[in-house]
Amino acid sequence: MAIDPGSLTIASALDGLAKKDFTSVELTQACIASMQAAKPLNAMITETPEKALEMAKAADARRAKGEAGLLDGIPLAIKDLFATKGVLTTAASHILDGFHPEYESTATANLWKAGAVMLGKLNLDEFAMGSSNETSYYGPVVNPWRAQDGTKLVPGGSSGGSAAAVAAGFALGATGTDTGGSIRQPASLCGITGIKPTYGRVSRWGIVAFASSLDQAGPMTRTVRDSALMLQAMAGFDPKDSTSVDRPVPDYTANLDGGVKGMRIGIPREYRMDGMDAEIVALWEQGKQWLKEAGAEIVDINLPHTHYALATYYIVAPAEASSNLARYDGVRYGLRVPGKDLIEMYENTRGAGFGREVQRRIMIGTYVLSAGYYDAYYTKAQKVRTLIKKDFEQAFQRVDAILTPTAPNAAFPLGMKHDDPVVMYLNDVFTVPTSLAGLPGMSVPAGLNSGGLPLGLQLIGRPFEEAQLLRVGRSLEQAANFTAKPTAWWRS
Amino acid sequence: MSLDRAAVAKIAKLARLKMEPDRLEAMTSELNRILSFVEELQAVNTDNVAPMTSVQPMKLRQREDAVTDGGNPEAVLKNAPQRQGDFYTVPKVVE
Repeated sequence: MAIDPGSLTIASALDGLAKKDFTSVELTQACIASMQAAKPLNAMITETPEKALEMAKAADARRAKGEAGLLDGIPLAIKDLFATKGVLTTAASHILDGFHPEYESTATANLWKAGAVMLGKLNLDEFAMGSSNETSYYGPVVNPWRAQDGTKLVPGGSSGGSAAAVAAGFALGATGTDTGGSIRQPASLCGITGIKPTYGRVSRWGIVAFASSLDQAGPMTRTVRDSALMLQAMAGFDPKDSTSVDRPVPDYTANLDGGVKGMRIGIPREYRMDGMDAEIVALWEQGKQWLKEAGAEIVDINLPHTHYALATYYIVAPAEASSNLARYDGVRYGLRVPGKDLIEMYENTRGAGFGREVQRRIMIGTYVLSAGYYDAYYTKAQKVRTLIKKDFEQAFQRVDAILTPTAPNAAFPLGMKHDDPVVMYLNDVFTVPTSLAGLPGMSVPAGLNSGGLPLGLQLIGRPFEEAQLLRVGRSLEQAANFTAKPTAWWRS
Repeated sequence: MSLDRAAVAKIAKLARLKMEPDRLEAMTSELNRILSFVEELQAVNTDNVAPMTSVQPMKLRQREDAVTDGGNPEAVLKNAPQRQGDFYTVPKVVE
């Protein structure tokens, strides 16, 4: 039978595999064909069709023996920030040219242990630094959703390839990473679901580091249930990550349909910003109504330091990035550009290997950590970060989850926000506070704007209460009933 | 605080980034744009606020100080841009 992977979810595909409607090899072949027909989106850096078919074959054999894992036979695509053993891993940077890791990240190893199949490695913003997937050395990703006049749009970032692959329908799910909104913002701009778990829930081991106190990996999928399934496989304690938290992973699907009756949902006043897009305000209002009708109580709350989150983030994240990226020096792996001495080789390699946005962040980070400026910038930002976290702690004494828009705008045209780096940074205004506080946050597609482009709503939960957060997300998903899909213009 | 070209050149040196003069010019204005944006933090009262050191209330775990891995120079050197035997090679450091 002909399989259309774009019409499936992880849950329905698992069902189809269990009922022998199709095999994993057949499903994987269909995904590979769709992936290869989607080249105009530039969502992939490396395709691994042979590896995928090998893994699918093994999955079918396990299933035949009655040993199928949680995600057995499900084709997924992996953000090219996760080290994959023997498979080119680039972080979308020139500086990692030719890097084939000798090890596998814990998060992806967990997915393969659950039986998932790897389609390949996804494009992203270079070192996950960006909000439009335009900083990639491998060129920008194009959003499967186009403007009504056919203008090509960005998918958001940094997990832009992940969001595009899932929205275009060739991967049933994708891994993403989120440092200041890199799962949630592209999920919103591409009309899919994505969850950034609590800091410490998914191991960071083997994921190329950007800002270590903020980075978290998570799933990007078509439905809330699929996110729950994928997170189930990815999450867990890992002694190899010193900030991995040693607590059991609950069953994320067990009470997914439990509803929100009696829950208290907070609406932060500070997220209502001057000059906000009226359609996004209206959708947020609609989201409140939906949850209210589902039995939740809507509570106005204050998060007084919200306004300072972006500035805090753009000190803390570049500081950590400048430190993390010091390791790329052309000595042990990746690009090497010769120089007359060792220092010149470092400078030549890093000058040629890093793109403009990455260099900007290394420069800012180097400056705010340098002697004489450390306290004025870095220590100050870490103090404000404490206040931002406190805001949330106080709010969560009164509410069970928080509802906000995910992004301040829908997908925008390629090349539109290049002149001023700060204009691009504003894309993350609603997602950054959650990251600074280490809290779980998810984006659920909630509607289309008047231009026919998807918009998401963000839900924020208490630390390690992903199960409850997913349950609220499921309620929102049911009420929004978002079924729109982009037309497959990229298939020529 | 505003950075001039010389200050930006010094930061580029500290960060080991080779920067051509025209790029240095653009970088100076980009960095000043970002620094003026983050300047607003100075308005926040942070008296008696401790800087965050860990977003989760946790202590870093310690493990026994023992060798747990190693003895595999081929895997370690597999991605080396240049090597000689079991060593990475770099331009001469000492004359």
